[in-house]
Amino acid sequence: MELYYKTISELEELLDSGEISAVELAKAFIDRKNAVDGKVGAFLSSDEGGLLAAAAESDARRARGQKRGALEGIPVGLKDVLAVRGQKLTCASKILENYVSPYTASSLEKLESRGGLFWGRLNMDEFAMGSSCENSAFKLTRNPWDLSRIPGGSSGGAAAAVAAGECAASLGSDTGGSIRQPASLCGVVGMKPTYGLVSRYGLAAFASSLDQIGPFARCVRDAAILLEAVAGHDPRDSTSVKTDIPDYAANLSLEAFKGKKIGLPKEYFSAGIDPEVRGIVEKAVSDCRALGAEVEEISLPHTDLAIPVYYIIATAEASSNLARYDGVRYTRRSPSTTDVIDMYFKSRAEGFGEEVKRRIILGSYVLSSGYYDAYYLRAQKVRTLIRRDFEDAFGRVDVIMTPTSPTTAFKIGEKTSDPLAMYLSDICTINVNLAGLPGISVPCGFSSEGLPVGLQMIGKAFDEQNLLSFAASYEAARGFDSREPNL
Amino acid sequence: MEKAKIDIEYVAKLARIELTEDEKATYSRQLGQILGYFERLSKIDVSGVEPSAHARAVYNVMRDDVEEPAMPVSEALMNAPKARDNQISVPKVVDDA
Repeated sequence: MELYYKTISELEELLDSGEISAVELAKAFIDRKNAVDGKVGAFLSSDEGGLLAAAAESDARRARGQKRGALEGIPVGLKDVLAVRGQKLTCASKILENYVSPYTASSLEKLESRGGLFWGRLNMDEFAMGSSCENSAFKLTRNPWDLSRIPGGSSGGAAAAVAAGECAASLGSDTGGSIRQPASLCGVVGMKPTYGLVSRYGLAAFASSLDQIGPFARCVRDAAILLEAVAGHDPRDSTSVKTDIPDYAANLSLEAFKGKKIGLPKEYFSAGIDPEVRGIVEKAVSDCRALGAEVEEISLPHTDLAIPVYYIIATAEASSNLARYDGVRYTRRSPSTTDVIDMYFKSRAEGFGEEVKRRIILGSYVLSSGYYDAYYLRAQKVRTLIRRDFEDAFGRVDVIMTPTSPTTAFKIGEKTSDPLAMYLSDICTINVNLAGLPGISVPCGFSSEGLPVGLQMIGKAFDEQNLLSFAASYEAARGFDSREPNL
Repeated sequence: MEKAKIDIEYVAKLARIELTEDEKATYSRQLGQILGYFERLSKIDVSGVEPSAHARAVYNVMRDDVEEPAMPVSEALMNAPKARDNQISVPKVVDDA
């Protein structure tokens, strides 16, 4: 197997034994990126010189016996929503097209403290708003499994880059499914941790009560290694939680299902879910049952309110967070302005794309005088009901399983003219953000058209260890899948 | 929640975004559809339910009031569209008296 399709654990063995060097590994990813990214379009920029220099330092550390950690020498891609000192940070938006970050996100500092190497900024929907990566102001990213289809979104580049072997792993952000949905559509593992587990310092804010950073990886164990690296309290993010971070990878159990209960929420297996996707996910659940679990049908009765609640809360928070992009301090300023107010209106009109404007306007509306109670406050109350649904369910079951996405990857352009149809593609993932719970998407098969399908597992708050063990147990039982995208 | 009809000019003004006539028409129509879909929320009984601003509320996180190094002015200004004398420069805000 090519180096660029190996797992982090496999690569670390090769690096430790001296069979390959970090510089050779970096070159393998650079060559792969140069060979396939013209088709896939996952990268907004790559730092080949920086990667090679960092890899040489990594080799030197290893030679001195001073390995930093489990990611020593591993090139990692970052969704272009995370700050990297001296690199551009555009959020795939024209309004930030020239912005260079003066500081580095905590999550990258932590990856680097374990030996991880920054390798490039990955495409996304503008300001993480979208489910297909088609809202990037700069380029289209294509699904490596079928180049006529979308990779999912908003972290489409981060998912596609791992699926295409252009980086060993990547970090994305997930506000309503933006890690899990593209992971599912691209056939890789993607995880959204519990709200508060990973510091958001250096993450450009979309909806602050929902945003969370998490990993994309080739297997569950790799995701565990990345999560362990980035998790933990950070005084620079006051919502980050003080909690002990176990060595998730070392503690993985492959017998996690013995005597445990899986909840299947009936609302997630009903109309609106593609029958083939449902069949593949149901087969995966029965494989988990065969590992010693009991399966129980449960109900999360407020599920169908997820879309309105999410799109009210997320757009309200976004309208406030994105008020900072005003042409004054660090965004592109419209060249043709008469006064300062005109400068705000024109800079924002010229800088933001269609979907971002739509969401800022929707958010401004639901917060405006006369509508606040009917929309925003009511949505926050229903959010409480959605949270309670999960609390009740977790009184009876240990893990909840659903499809990650109601369909496989759709065609480029298929949903761009119908925002509501696009919003409905998040239907399986957004309640997990509203409840603040951890969720992981694990590949569980392919459709008849050869498109990947993901199984979503939802865990209890701060119970990432068990969630990862459930995911790893299923993955091991399913066995190694040798299928690779044909690029 | 009544049948929502969005006053697009007013809301765009709140959002500080200049819209073209085409955008006004498109957004009015699309937001009307989206708000129509949101109406299912009005049927839920939320009496006595506390709102959730966060999934997990954290209150009053304090740090010691100790001076810490901050970003140098040159770096804080390096992305400013226009700056002079260590300050960001914008079009005139107040007319001369």
